[in-house]
Amino acid sequence: MLKDITLGQFFPGNSPIHRLDPRAKLVAVIAYIVALFTSQGFLTYGICFVALAIVVKVSTVRLKALVKGMKPVVFILVFTAVVNIFYATGTPIFSIGFLTVTYEGLLRAFFMVIRILMMISCTFLLTYTTSPLALTDGLESLLGPLKKLHVPVHELAMIMSIALRFIPTLIEETDKIMSAQRARGADFETGSLVQRAKALVPLLVPLFISALRRADELATAMECRCYHGGDGRTRMNELHYRPADTVFLICAILFAVAVAVLGAFGY
Amino acid sequence: MSVPILETVHLSHVYSEGTPFRHVALDDVHFAVQPGEYVAVIGRTGSGKSTLIQHCNGLLKPTSGQVLFSGEDIWSSKERTHQVRFQVGLVFQYPEYQLFEETVYKDIAFGPGNMGLPEEEIRRRVLEAAHFTGLSDDVLERSPFDLSGGQKRRAAIAGVIAMEPQVLILDEPTAGLDPVGAKQILDNIRAYHQEKKAAVILVSHSMEEVAREAQRLVVLREGKIALDGSPEEVFAHGDELESMGLGVPAMTAVFARLRAMGIDVPASVYTVEQARDAVLAALRRKEGRPC
Repeated sequence: MLKDITLGQFFPGNSPIHRLDPRAKLVAVIAYIVALFTSQGFLTYGICFVALAIVVKVSTVRLKALVKGMKPVVFILVFTAVVNIFYATGTPIFSIGFLTVTYEGLLRAFFMVIRILMMISCTFLLTYTTSPLALTDGLESLLGPLKKLHVPVHELAMIMSIALRFIPTLIEETDKIMSAQRARGADFETGSLVQRAKALVPLLVPLFISALRRADELATAMECRCYHGGDGRTRMNELHYRPADTVFLICAILFAVAVAVLGAFGY
Repeated sequence: MSVPILETVHLSHVYSEGTPFRHVALDDVHFAVQPGEYVAVIGRTGSGKSTLIQHCNGLLKPTSGQVLFSGEDIWSSKERTHQVRFQVGLVFQYPEYQLFEETVYKDIAFGPGNMGLPEEEIRRRVLEAAHFTGLSDDVLERSPFDLSGGQKRRAAIAGVIAMEPQVLILDEPTAGLDPVGAKQILDNIRAYHQEKKAAVILVSHSMEEVAREAQRLVVLREGKIALDGSPEEVFAHGDELESMGLGVPAMTAVFARLRAMGIDVPASVYTVEQARDAVLAALRRKEGRPC
């Protein structure tokens, strides 16, 4: 059950998308999201969809993996769709009591769902094709200028990479503790909401304790290897910006600008 | 022989069926434990030991085959599976990580509490379990997180013993403990085994440990039972054990070499104590003989 979580999972591969510099990919994702939010009509959404389809195809990420990642957001999607259907004014199609379904509402709900789906797809694409390490390196490098403002960029990146690294470990740990408490007759599945929340105590307490213990051990291990923050620290894998990255980045930005302009004209 | 208290029939378990990660952990395993028997399960990492013991109390569902408790399938109804969990107590590896209550007493009482027993009965069981695991009364009122490593381990084992299971399964209960702490825990388990006439299944990597404690050894290899018999019978297959990456107790190996050199010593020697007696007996025989 818990093993099905695909959050932040990386599928190693050697496609052109995998080989791109993480900084280029990060900026491209932001550009893509900007494009999505400036899209207005069928044309702009269509362009966004085609762009996404091309990148998915090139990246060799299987469609199944993308769809699987959508499962947790189904609720949000349905909620967004329902709210949008009823909260638009325009040509009414039919009404149920005081709720009126309009043509505009349906259209808006459709676009909203598409927008969320594509946004999640493109961020999943980023984590599927970029190793967590490369991703945090990229973030650190992108946020580098903030160091001048005394923002602890390196520390934030380190926190992020450690957090990503420990997600699978914690899931495994949760599974283990759950089995152990089940062996003592704990019941996590049945009962009222309050009972189920109470049943989580025997799971959460050991989990927190072990997470804190792990953190402590990790800190000691890092200190033993002379870690003292980002200053003067060299890297084994330096990020190399290649011409292909520049081309990709320019394409992404041009794409975002084009969509934004088209969107501004209401297409 | 009577009806086995616990039995697996054609038990197979496959992990991640239908994905590239498909892995057969158990393959047609037939494993039976008699009431009051002390069995040790040995095998390398990944041989299916943990998968097997998690089937014994219904934490894992067989891909095919059956698990019988007192001759009845434990998966016949939801209620039965739940009840069997109390009858077959499972102590995981490093069980101290499952402690969560404010006091040791409350933690030990968690299992019996889930059984829906009256307060008085819970109290009796907690005190008895604490007695079996050698925890003194003042420890019971302390926080489990203030205890030493060995005490934590014993408190966690007490939490399972308090359910008074007819079968007690322990996955490497002595891992990571010093020799004294390890011996205490094994003594505690033996005390429970003898006084409650409960069956015990001990999973271990230490050949000395299983040779000293268990009446029967079951060796798993790649999800199948490779050897099954008394320590004497199993350790007679020294080479086979070696090829599985297991080996025999150090003393048994020494005595096998002595026998190979033509010295008249018994083959069934597993512990230093037995070795001492055997050597003394051999020397006495030699002295008795005129040179």
